[in-house]
Parts: sequence; C-alpha cells; structure tokens
Amino acid sequence: MTAAAERVEVKLVVNGEQVTHVVPARRLLADFLREDLGLSGTHLGCEHGICGACTVIVDGAAVRSCLMLAAQADGSDVTTVEGLTPSEGLSEMQRAFKDQHGLQCGFCTPGFLTTLSVADPDEFPDDDSIRELLSGNLCRCTGYQGIVAAVRQAWGRA
Amino acid sequence: MKPPPFAWVRADSVDAALDHLARHGDEARVIAGGQSLVPLLNFRLARPSVLVDLSHVTELAFIRSDDGRLAIGAMTRQRELEHSDLVGRSCPLLPRCLRHVGHLQIRNRGTVGGSIAHADPAAELPAVAVVLDADVVVAGSGGRRTIPAREFFLGPLTTALEPEELVVALSVPVRPGALTAFREVARRAGDFALAGVAASLELDAKGVVSRASLAALGVAGTPVRLPAAERALEGRPLGPEAGREAASAAAGEVDPPADVHANGEYRRQLVATLVSRCVKDLSG
Repeated sequence: MTAAAERVEVKLVVNGEQVTHVVPARRLLADFLREDLGLSGTHLGCEHGICGACTVIVDGAAVRSCLMLAAQADGSDVTTVEGLTPSEGLSEMQRAFKDQHGLQCGFCTPGFLTTLSVADPDEFPDDDSIRELLSGNLCRCTGYQGIVAAVRQAWGRA
Repeated sequence: MKPPPFAWVRADSVDAALDHLARHGDEARVIAGGQSLVPLLNFRLARPSVLVDLSHVTELAFIRSDDGRLAIGAMTRQRELEHSDLVGRSCPLLPRCLRHVGHLQIRNRGTVGGSIAHADPAAELPAVAVVLDADVVVAGSGGRRTIPAREFFLGPLTTALEPEELVVALSVPVRPGALTAFREVARRAGDFALAGVAASLELDAKGVVSRASLAALGVAGTPVRLPAAERALEGRPLGPEAGREAASAAAGEVDPPADVHANGEYRRQLVATLVSRCVKDLSG
C-alpha cells in the first residue's frame, strides 16, 4: 500500500505542454498554476469557491482551481485563460468582451472566459439561461449587462 | 486562505481507500470532488492529517438501473447525474434538484457521495434522498451495509457513517408513476437555500393522491419529512385546496432556526409557500 506523503509528484498537460512538478500535497491547483508555472492569468478572489475568478478547464470541464488540489489534477489536461488566447490578437469571446464593455477592472474576466469557452450555446438559448450559466462568476464592475451583451455577440445573437 | 499541511494518498479502489482509513483512523478524511471539504480546509475549519483521494476510484463512478432501483455510484459527478438520460427518465427529481446545487463549475467536480456524506442541512441531494426513500450504501472493513436515508442524516454535517466507513452508492427506488417537484428559495442562484421542498406524489385513476412524500431542507439540522403535510394530501384530489391544507400543515410541523440570512418565522412561511408551489407544479 502506498503511504500518504506531504509531497506529491504531479504530471499534467497545461495549455498543451506536458509539465512535471513535485508539490506540497496541500498546494491548490490555482496556486500551482500561478506560483509554480507563472500563469498569473488565473486569479484568486475568495478562495472558497464563490467568486469564480479562478475558473480553469480541467479535462474539458470548467472547475474552480481554488477547490482542487494540484495533486488531484495529476494526469489531467488543464487549460487556463492563457491557453484560450491566440498568439496574436484576441479570441472571438475576448473581442466581444472588449466591444461590449464586458469588463472594467478585469479581475473576474479570466473566470468568465474559461467558463464560456466550454459552454454549449444550445444549452443556454436566452438571456436568462446565460445569466444562470454566469451566476457562478461574480463581477463587481459591470453589472453584468455588458457581459451578457458580449456573450450574445460572440454567439451570433442579435 | 490556504489549506493546512496534510499528507495525501491516492486510493485506486474501494478496498485501498478502506485500508487507508483503517490505518489512519479519525485523523484521515476522504476527499472526493472536494467542493465542500476544500473550502473547509482553506478556512482551516477542517484539519485532517491525512487526505485519502478518491478521484481515481473509477469503480464508484456509475449510474445503472438495477432491479427496479437506480444505483448511483458515490464518485458520480453531479453534472453527470444532471445530464444522464437514464436518470432523467427514471427519476427526474434528481436532475431537477441538481440545477440548484452550487454552480455549474461546482457540479462539474462535486460528487453524489460527497454531497450525501457531507450532510449539509441546506443541501439538495440529501433532502431528495429522504423524499425518495433512498438507501445509502456504505462500505467498511466488515463489508457493506445499507442505511435508509431517513436514518443516515443525524445532524448538521453528521451522519451514521463510522469513521472508517465510506459511502459507496445511493440506491433509489424507481416509481414510474410518481409525479415529482422541487422548489427552493436562495438569495441568488447557486447560494445555499434558505429553504427548499421536494415532493413525490402518486395519483390513482381518479386523480386522487394515493401516496405523498414531502421533505424540506434548510429548516432543521437534517432534511426532514413533512408527515402532516403528506397526510393532508393523501386521499384528496390534487388542486389548490389540497395545496393550501398541505402548506398549512407543513408550516405547523417545522421549527426552523434563525441565522444571518433569515429568521425562523420567515423560513416557516417559505416552507408553506414552497409546498403549495410544488402542489401547483404537479396539478397542471
């Protein structure tokens, strides 16, 4: 039987690159991405799963990286907001956020973009369902109007 | 904040997880999706010295139909349950209540077993387990045992689970003719419920309620059945009058606590309103 350990080796793919690190067992995935990999686009707000700023994509699903241990991400494929951004310019959703004033200070924006990047538009046919989808991401600047407008633009809705 | 230091070990099977629990006793906690435990760690409200990670216990990630029952493995993610065709057909109350469980990002990680074992008094899955007369299947070194959901929840975050046991599945009886409803009130979508009501009713050929099962969440230390409201519905045709009687009976049989979000009287009124809304949902 393997013994419990305070340091753990994790091997995972982050934004398409294979990485291997030995981390303390208590390291949160969010801190692993920010501190160990220098991917500071993932923001930490509340650190208890309420604000959504730290949302990343793990194996195709949007999850809170403050509520997941780096050790639990061993073997996973992780995408952060850096991985959603083209090497030149902006993605369609990012451009829509800019066009529609979907951000002001920008702290919450990575969480919105990651959540939206794996949302199926057909599952969220109207503004009410878009608002429900985004209810797990808090924005203190925009009042959400610009964000909903950005989603509509990016999803080709009038 | 960040979690306190702990040692971590990954279990690859139920047996391995039980071995680790037996070795470390009550110093160990299991972590499934972590959506309730990691906040407690970050707040330093939980300080286990060993975490046994169930992420790779794939034998517990299943949903299957089993002799008139729905068997749901403890490591089934809430989001999988929400989207399962089998569950949608055989027990639509489960996906309906799951929409209220945290947010999509929480349900992507959160597990069925985690929600049951955590036993938050405002949680949806425990209340639905109680209203559906589900059984909680737990494994320990001596083998498996089955605990009716109504006996499993003992108090806030307290269950009949022994320290060295593990929740392995939820077993739900399938009632093909049942009509089910779920209503809750929270301050914002995804917040903890101030109160909620789950209902499962069966009607006879004349439209008279032959069996009523109602449970409330967020109004006591555990989810509670509402037997007086159930009796008020049984033997009556479904409609506004039955709804009013059941609502009034429900208000009389709960004694909700007060907290910073709502006082007890408000929660009592919510339970009555939610019972009558559930009845209205099913009367259509």
